[in-house]
Amino acid sequence: MSALHDDHHHGPAKGLTRWFYTTNHKDIGSLYLWFSFAMFLLGGTFAMVIRAELFQPGLQLVEPNFFNQMTTMHGLVMVFGAIMPAFVGLANWLIPMMIGAPDMALPRMNNWSFWILPFAFAMLTATLFMDAGAPNFGWTFYAPLSTTYAPDTVTFFIFAVHLMGASSIMGSINIIATVLNMRAPGMTLMKMPLFVWTWLITAYLLIAVMPVLAGVVTMMLFDIHFGTSFFNAAGGGDPVLFQHVFWFFGHPEVYIMILPAFGVVSAIIPTFARKRLFGYDSMVYATASIAFLSFIVWAHHMFTVGMPIAGELFFMYATMLIAVPTGVKVFNWVATMFRGSMTFETPMLFAIAFVVLFTMGGFTGLMLAITPADFQYHDTYFVVAHFHYVLVPGAVFSIMAATYYWLPKWTGHMYDERLGKLHFWLSFIGVNVLFFPQHFLGLAGMPRRIPDYALQFADFNWISSIGGFLFGASQLILLVVVIKCVKGGKKATAQVWEGAQGLEWTLDSPAPYHTFTTPPDPKLIHAQ
Amino acid sequence: MLPKAKLWLSLTSAATILFSTQIQAAWELNMPRGVTQISRDTYDLHMQILWWCVAIGVVVFGVMLWSIINHRKSKGAVSAAFHESTKVEILWTVVPFAILIIMAIPATRVLTEAYDSSESEIDIQVTGYQWRWEYRYLRQNNDEEEVSFYSILSTPREQIDNQLPKDETYLLDVDNPLVIPINTKVRFLVTSNDVIHAWWVPDFAVKRDAIPGFINETWTIVEEPGIYRGQCTELCGIEHGFMPVVVHAVEREEYDAWYAAKQEEARVAREMTNNVVTLSESLEAGEQVYNTTCIACHQPNGAGLPPAFPALAGSSVVNGDLEANINLLINGVPGTAMAAFGRQLTPVQLAAVVTYIRNSFGNATGDLVQPAEVNTLIQAAQ
Repeated sequence: MSALHDDHHHGPAKGLTRWFYTTNHKDIGSLYLWFSFAMFLLGGTFAMVIRAELFQPGLQLVEPNFFNQMTTMHGLVMVFGAIMPAFVGLANWLIPMMIGAPDMALPRMNNWSFWILPFAFAMLTATLFMDAGAPNFGWTFYAPLSTTYAPDTVTFFIFAVHLMGASSIMGSINIIATVLNMRAPGMTLMKMPLFVWTWLITAYLLIAVMPVLAGVVTMMLFDIHFGTSFFNAAGGGDPVLFQHVFWFFGHPEVYIMILPAFGVVSAIIPTFARKRLFGYDSMVYATASIAFLSFIVWAHHMFTVGMPIAGELFFMYATMLIAVPTGVKVFNWVATMFRGSMTFETPMLFAIAFVVLFTMGGFTGLMLAITPADFQYHDTYFVVAHFHYVLVPGAVFSIMAATYYWLPKWTGHMYDERLGKLHFWLSFIGVNVLFFPQHFLGLAGMPRRIPDYALQFADFNWISSIGGFLFGASQLILLVVVIKCVKGGKKATAQVWEGAQGLEWTLDSPAPYHTFTTPPDPKLIHAQ
Repeated sequence: MLPKAKLWLSLTSAATILFSTQIQAAWELNMPRGVTQISRDTYDLHMQILWWCVAIGVVVFGVMLWSIINHRKSKGAVSAAFHESTKVEILWTVVPFAILIIMAIPATRVLTEAYDSSESEIDIQVTGYQWRWEYRYLRQNNDEEEVSFYSILSTPREQIDNQLPKDETYLLDVDNPLVIPINTKVRFLVTSNDVIHAWWVPDFAVKRDAIPGFINETWTIVEEPGIYRGQCTELCGIEHGFMPVVVHAVEREEYDAWYAAKQEEARVAREMTNNVVTLSESLEAGEQVYNTTCIACHQPNGAGLPPAFPALAGSSVVNGDLEANINLLINGVPGTAMAAFGRQLTPVQLAAVVTYIRNSFGNATGDLVQPAEVNTLIQAAQ
């Protein structure tokens, strides 16, 4: 009897093995979040090299080949190492607490899906120190530059991508199994917090497209090592096929990085507006519509490859359609704020900045959908500005908002609000100085992925680099805030935020190592 | 006093250096309107969608800002209870949809026009190579000499390495620009010999990927004479940033004269293949070819960048069998960055550069290669 009792109340294991062997969703969530922050700094370092080289015209710091390695590694590390694992970390920490479950459905697989990642990225990063150098063909790795003409290290890249894909697939199977099987009694699907909804849909997207990515890198592997010609025109293959397969993965991937962000913002804005989320049902339907549309717009990344006009028109119309459900989401957030009773703590600041700046990225996305105009924008800095607006003040800001919002629940302490606000304002200014001028550069004709540029692009590049250094440096403040908050600070209450709704706020702060070992009282579960 | 003055002096001189490049720079904010009907239509589409976005942004962000200012707890705002409205949801689904239809109509019209490359007067094959463009004017009849040439960045290396001040057309200048007549429908057949490139001239609103194994069509009718500059816009390897596109659009008579001169040049070059060259001529010509074609990978001192780009200095190939060496240049090395230069360079150029590398960087074979020998090997390779 006493043994059973201990089983239910034991805390974390002692020492380093706790982190290697853990099957606890909170531990694994923390591992994911710390790992993604480390990758954020690594990918950020690569970005600093890029911005330093582009500070002035002429080649100053790096060779063009190394520059290409930096753009490639920056993209890969940020997409697969920083943003995706951060959202998986948030899912691990929050989904069981939000749906009243004791843990994730498949805890051992959970451990494995995390511990694959450090090895995958160690392998990818190690290529920087090899003779042939790191992959230098862009994060989109178009064949035949990434096959026939690739450095030998491409094989390490392919295996690293396979590992990341396996990790993502396991992570999403776990999330689907948890959400569909482990909700507390009374937690119906349409009562789930939007973060759970957006992650459920994201997990299906991941399961659908990660195998496609695995397929395309395997075809590369065969072309490189086993004499096939999937992408080699000289052998009867088709370089454009690569792009179709890649973007069939790549476009849903874009939504994989933004749907959970919608969930985060949909949790934070009602809390600090002290008002229920406007249009919960329409938010769920809009998320599902965006997920569906994400499968039928992939070739808008390829308007210049010379598709037949019927294809161009189809992908233009389908892409324009995405504006409708995305618009619904933005309108709902604004309607939630309208006639609320707002306060502006750091999570709210990041969430509001998300809504404004993500929407600006959405606007340029709409512009890019117009095929004839896309001929002018394609592969210029206009595109760079567009996707950085949706990914940095979009996805990354939502992750930061989430960190500030749930940090007191995780650590049991309030973070330093003054430092948090400083971090926000420096990031907000930095990110706009960094990326806004890039719209102008692209429209004036600066191609992306070039290490040196014509003189008419000098001014805005100089400004953009200053913004980049500011943004990069201010991220260290986040590290300080988090460490301070882990070590101590004002004790957080269970509720933490006056307007917070949801099961996780019924738990103590910090959340005990094991939570909801018995299901919560159904009376605690409200409609969102 | 003195240290302070020194600090100010160094600060101002730093500022001068910073701003000196910017004196020449422009604060260009928008897409060019360009010099073709399609480019103006594209510009109009771009502005139209931009203004829609601005209008929607003003409304949405306006409501948001107004709420942020007025509905804050510190002002005693009490939150309302409403949280859904089917009517409003339908409204803000239907209105954006209507705007999209309004935008889709002109976009479809412009795209249809841009795709109509029929009835061209002049056809030019544009081929991308790592890292240059080749322009080949398709012949109207078989008696004409074929006009075909490479267009390579002409900005000196010293400017890129910051040893010389940069020209106004830094990185946007080539040795041989494409020449086309104005007010004439010119069709471009775009393809590639190695990786994917993209051929772009912003003022024409023409951008098309150059894909190995495929030929893409696009076209333009330029309305104003001038020099128009663009760049490769698809990452194509190390020198991706260094393969500009320069087009001279000229009056029809000027074009005809230029084309005739090019034909004559082609005839002379064909005949020159049979001329005998001396060692000093060949070394001089070979150095020029090396500096435009080989130097990026094999480096100015022939040391290369191993292992991707092997050294020529002391190389067993360059110091070995002459015929094998020439064949390697003609056919390239499959699976490496070494391209097949048999079609990229003329026999005269190939002969010169082989002579040059076999007698430079410490290599001293003493070989002198004649264009005719190379030509025989090229014929054999085909």
